[in-house]
Amino acid sequence: MVIHICLEWRKIAFCQCLNILDILFSVPKKFCTQTPRQSSDAWSLQTMKASREEKIYLRQKHRRTDVGTHNLHLLKKMEISVAEAEKRTGKNAVNMQETYTVYLIEMRPVDAASEGTNPVPDSLWRRYSEFELLRNYLLVTYPFLVVPPLPEKRAEFVWHKLSADNMDPDFVERRRVGLENFLLRVASHPDLSTDKIFYSFLTEENGWKETVFETGFQAKADSRLKALNATFRVKNPDKRFAEMKHYGDELQSVISQLLRVRARAADRLYGVYKVHGNYGRVFSEWSAIEKEMGDGLQSAGHHMDAYAASVDDILEEEEHYADQMKEYLFYADALRAVCRKHELTQYELEMAAQDLTSKKQQREELATGTIRTFSLKGVTSKLFGQETPEQREAKLKMLETQIEEGEELVKERNAECEEFVKSAWVDIERFKEQKDHDLREALISYAIMQISMCKKGIQVWNNAKECFSKM
Amino acid sequence: MSAGAPRSLASSGQKSIQDICHPLSAEESALNPGSAADTGLILPNGTPVDTSSPASSSSLLNRLQLDDDLDGETRDLFVTVEDPKKHVSTMETYITYRVCTKTTRTEFDLPEYSVRRRYQDFDWLRNKLEESQPTHLIPPLPEKFVMKGVVDRFSEEFVETRRKALDKFLKRVADHPVLSFNEHFNAFLSAKDLNKRQGLALLTKMGESVKYVTGGYKLRARPAEFAAMGDYLDLFTQKMGTIDRIAQRIIKEQSEFLMELREYGPVYSSWSSFEEDLHDPLEGVSGCVSNCSSALEELTEDMSEDFLPVLREYVLYIESMKVPSDVEKCQDRVECFNADLKADWDRWENNKRQDFRQLLTGMANKNIQHYEKCLAAWESLVPLLQDKQEAEGETS
Repeated sequence: MVIHICLEWRKIAFCQCLNILDILFSVPKKFCTQTPRQSSDAWSLQTMKASREEKIYLRQKHRRTDVGTHNLHLLKKMEISVAEAEKRTGKNAVNMQETYTVYLIEMRPVDAASEGTNPVPDSLWRRYSEFELLRNYLLVTYPFLVVPPLPEKRAEFVWHKLSADNMDPDFVERRRVGLENFLLRVASHPDLSTDKIFYSFLTEENGWKETVFETGFQAKADSRLKALNATFRVKNPDKRFAEMKHYGDELQSVISQLLRVRARAADRLYGVYKVHGNYGRVFSEWSAIEKEMGDGLQSAGHHMDAYAASVDDILEEEEHYADQMKEYLFYADALRAVCRKHELTQYELEMAAQDLTSKKQQREELATGTIRTFSLKGVTSKLFGQETPEQREAKLKMLETQIEEGEELVKERNAECEEFVKSAWVDIERFKEQKDHDLREALISYAIMQISMCKKGIQVWNNAKECFSKM
Repeated sequence: MSAGAPRSLASSGQKSIQDICHPLSAEESALNPGSAADTGLILPNGTPVDTSSPASSSSLLNRLQLDDDLDGETRDLFVTVEDPKKHVSTMETYITYRVCTKTTRTEFDLPEYSVRRRYQDFDWLRNKLEESQPTHLIPPLPEKFVMKGVVDRFSEEFVETRRKALDKFLKRVADHPVLSFNEHFNAFLSAKDLNKRQGLALLTKMGESVKYVTGGYKLRARPAEFAAMGDYLDLFTQKMGTIDRIAQRIIKEQSEFLMELREYGPVYSSWSSFEEDLHDPLEGVSGCVSNCSSALEELTEDMSEDFLPVLREYVLYIESMKVPSDVEKCQDRVECFNADLKADWDRWENNKRQDFRQLLTGMANKNIQHYEKCLAAWESLVPLLQDKQEAEGETS
């Protein structure tokens, strides 16, 4: 009983971890059928059945109904969910047969749920690669935003019983949850939620890919990517961004370590529990040769079997915690990307300024006739004689134009930089708050998971102890 | 024999080994728990010798509580083995144990005794019991020989394990309706100087054993009951072996899990070092994991030190329980032999049931305690995290 409630409750809590409580409208039907605001009865029933710490926790969650005043017009109208996953086979780009998974995205008007009507939701199928395309588009189009990450492409930090196979049903299920999470995060972002491409991703099954490519974001992507990968030194990076980048590095490193060790610990814990199952078998065999002790031993053996079996649920729950951590592992990457992009814009500004300065210097030299800087003109004029006044006039004029253009460019780039810094910092602050909130929630739910595990353990051993005492 | 002041130990000078009596066989005050510490002996590992006198009374109580199905038998003989001490002489170094007796039996001169015995003396007693009571199952002693260099005979662990086994041995004899009245047992418990008594005892017993050897006809076939017992013992030994292996495996897996936990906790700590708002929650989790690690370590140690040795000792017990091969010795007493053996067998079965009930209940208790410790740690963390949450909620 407790186990069941724990799982259900935990799933709800997981959804609540997905930022702002407005998202509660869109908690997928699999987890709870009604939204908290509209069905306090369902919630109080939930709290009655929960244990003491769970009750406190649920009550507190329920209390926090007004978080921020974001313009979430999308989520105010629509409930989004990734409801199902299916396997498909088809021909790929190189005309070879392949098997892949598609996910069903459903959009349901919010009002309908409260009115009690249940219209057929708008739905369409998308595969993982389309989600990737969407995200790449968002990355390029909003370089100053910390774009929510997708669930991992391949299973990593896997402990031995967990399959690393992309086709494995457990992996697919966890990916389904992750994709839904991604959509909800984008939909609740003040800027991303208004994007038209995002909207059509949710509404137009056919032709969406073409629409994305038509935006020409690929070209931008290529040039940006090249620039990002290049190593360049920025003379005056914004200190805050440098610190953020460093933070992103540290966060990525520590969460990787956490996930690695946790996976190893999960492996070991599995071993501990499963070996206790051997007690079950030997107690059973032993009871067969005993008279008075037999019954006690036999029943104790059953409890040992139950104990061994309980580890599967425990580790499944822990996997969800690992997924929450993974999201922030990937978020760290997104954060670092924004900082990198800032460096890029700063660098471009510095380059333009540098170029302008050198052009101005050239003009000065030309005007005064002194050659201070090395130039081909200087060398050739020495070798072949100075140019005519008319030639010099022409050059000066050209330089003037270039300088004008250069000044425009610097102004532009400066504005870009300032704009970027301003917008990016707003989003980084938003992200910081979200991160602190979500990770705290994750830690609380982790603690509650541990509590539940301990209680189960105490119960099983108490049962076994009772059997032993009857021996 | 009255209580006297303890004699100092020290090396006894140049005496031949026969003249060296048990230095402390002149009894100390039977009920004075402090006397043992006077000599200030320290075991090789540097710790003072464990007096464990309070434990003796509680172990007596334990025994009483367990033995609830003695069918109205009132106990009039209580024996404990405690207070191991190291003795160093020019010839050898050895450990003695204090054997305390409380009794209302008239076979004993006094109601209380406290004597010092060494392993040799226990061994002597067991041999005497086997000789003089061939029709009974004699409880086993812990291993006599230990490989020098492999096991430290004077380590606290070894001495304590041995003390427990010797204590169990004497208790089993004391509980036995026939063996407990054996004169050698009486001497073991009460005699100041066992050596002299040994000699006397040997002489009186000689005649009887001669009678046995010259006894009657050969036993044609082992009674079916013996065969059934033998089969049961074989299967039982097998199961004990399996349980031993499982317990060892669990300890191993738990140790490996513990290793990972030891790395896991600190990760949260190092994470907290570059977080602001999340600093306290992360530190909290790190602390909890650390507490769970300690709890697990205790559990593993307990299982190693308490569970496994008792299990193994039972297997040894069974070795000694094999039906005596010198059945031929007492042909003319075959009927008596069967009855005695049957009674002893039932007694053994009963004790076995109690022992295993205690052992397995103990195992369950240790696991429960482990989980309770972990539970307390995590439960104390949750409100801490949630309070902060509330504070945040109010300010935003």
